[in-house]
Amino acid sequence: MKIFVCIKQVPDTETKIKISPDQTGIDSAGIKWVLNPYDEYAVEEAVKLRDANPGSQVWVLSAGPKTRVVESLRTALAMGADEAIVINAENLDNFATAKALAEVIKAEGGAKVIFSGKLAIDDNASSVSQMLAEFLNVPHSTVVSKFTFAGENVVVERDVEGGAKEVVQMMTPAVVGANKGLNMPRYASLPGIMKAKKKVIKEVEFASLNIPATDVKVKYSGMTLPAEKPPVKMISGDAAAQASELVKLLRDEAKVL
Amino acid sequence: MGKVLVFTEHTNGNLKRSSMELLQAAAKSGNTVVAVAFGSHAGDVTAAAGHNGANEIYVVKDASLDSYNPEAFTANIASVVEKVQPTILLASASATGRDLFPRVAARLNTGVASDCTELNISGDTVTATKPMYSGKCFAKVNFENSPVKIVLMRANQLPVAAADTSKSATVVEHAAAKPDLKTLIKEIVKGASEKLDLTEANVIVSGGRGLKEAANFKMLSDLADVLGATVGASRAVVDAGWVGHGMQVGQTGKTVAPTLYIAVGISGAIQHLAGMSGSKVIVAINNDPNAPIFQKATYGIVGDAFEIVPKLTEEFKKALHH
Repeated sequence: MKIFVCIKQVPDTETKIKISPDQTGIDSAGIKWVLNPYDEYAVEEAVKLRDANPGSQVWVLSAGPKTRVVESLRTALAMGADEAIVINAENLDNFATAKALAEVIKAEGGAKVIFSGKLAIDDNASSVSQMLAEFLNVPHSTVVSKFTFAGENVVVERDVEGGAKEVVQMMTPAVVGANKGLNMPRYASLPGIMKAKKKVIKEVEFASLNIPATDVKVKYSGMTLPAEKPPVKMISGDAAAQASELVKLLRDEAKVL
Repeated sequence: MGKVLVFTEHTNGNLKRSSMELLQAAAKSGNTVVAVAFGSHAGDVTAAAGHNGANEIYVVKDASLDSYNPEAFTANIASVVEKVQPTILLASASATGRDLFPRVAARLNTGVASDCTELNISGDTVTATKPMYSGKCFAKVNFENSPVKIVLMRANQLPVAAADTSKSATVVEHAAAKPDLKTLIKEIVKGASEKLDLTEANVIVSGGRGLKEAANFKMLSDLADVLGATVGASRAVVDAGWVGHGMQVGQTGKTVAPTLYIAVGISGAIQHLAGMSGSKVIVAINNDPNAPIFQKATYGIVGDAFEIVPKLTEEFKKALHH
């Protein structure tokens, strides 16, 4: 069976954000790009599923500027994915991205299971998995921390509010959005990295997918950094004095009690 | 003026505060406000929806909508949208909202702005502001090519005035759509805590590696109980297995925006600071005076958490109970 993993390349979580002059994005100079952390769980689960089902293949897919996105695809290949496809595109929103991913998955003959991270840590939107599922007309489940495959269906456990969990059964094909806790992503081995370097990554031009320009639905503008905080007020004294002073300040000055 | 459709969430018929925020914001915009409620208890929401600004409420009273099923909910939202023809749709960026509305947007061939913290409605035009990179910066979301502009608002971002009991909403019973489902909810396992989720909490007490071991989180729960707070954690202690990932605050955890955030034994990695920077007042307690957390804090205490936290718990008890 064919297993797809949709990934995104994002700035490393250590990144200090600077805004671009036109305020529609961030200044990408000096940014270290990485595979979205939640997508690592997706790749790992796909590789485990492939290994447990002989004859299966893991295809990893991403939309973005091909010159840099191929790096994250190679990371996924080094973790054990079999094939990789890049959809060469700039400035897609989540809607157009999901459309493009769906078109390519359909063109490749579909998939039994499609994994992705539950969200990308750049725009925190958590929307591509669900949109992709809708465009493929298949069920989806996100924030998944447990996955069991049973051929005609899959059973997942998803984390919802207040520590509650939902156990959900979906008929395959299905889209699964991975949460932390699903597995322990492996580090790419040296032979894996060497092999990944030699792989040919298939390229698809976004323009060739015939997705109308009206499929871009949202645009970002006016990006700003958070307002500077006033300097911290340090509270001195012994523990008892600090505690009573803090409570007084929270009540009388900050007025949050 | 157009129509604003508000997807309300409720617990057994009790309207959530986050839904009141949305209804009141919609009412202030001058548009006609149409609420929608799902499930066996949907009818119980009608009075509260009216008191908070709904002109009309669509009630889809069907047991198939008692618990969240993405396919069933998508079909039913689409059916109500078709009937109401709103230009704007507001919902909470809750676990349900965040999972559901991107799928709804795809079905309606329209745009969705997720996880927003500010909302501006002027006639049919909507702009929303959302944190990016877990709060390292903020962006305005502008809709294009979107017949229904869907905005998912984070809880506690909009004001809630007292309900106006003189107002009421016209009730429209709407028949449930029953699509063929490929998704089956087998079981819902309730969480261990009855506390609000971190993303909705007004007060958060969060612990890090400075607590030395898992058992010491008890000290934080005691403090949280006095404050009616939810307990959070840093990535380090989640990775160490002391607490579950659901409690993690930060760029690979939850982005939070409480009124009061108390960080105990958390040094303040850039990813954690990003996730909590939306908090109104931040208290940092750490034994290292150079910990980066102090750069983000409103109030700082350098000292031993094991001495200070129990004293704080006592002081809060005194302050809050007389």
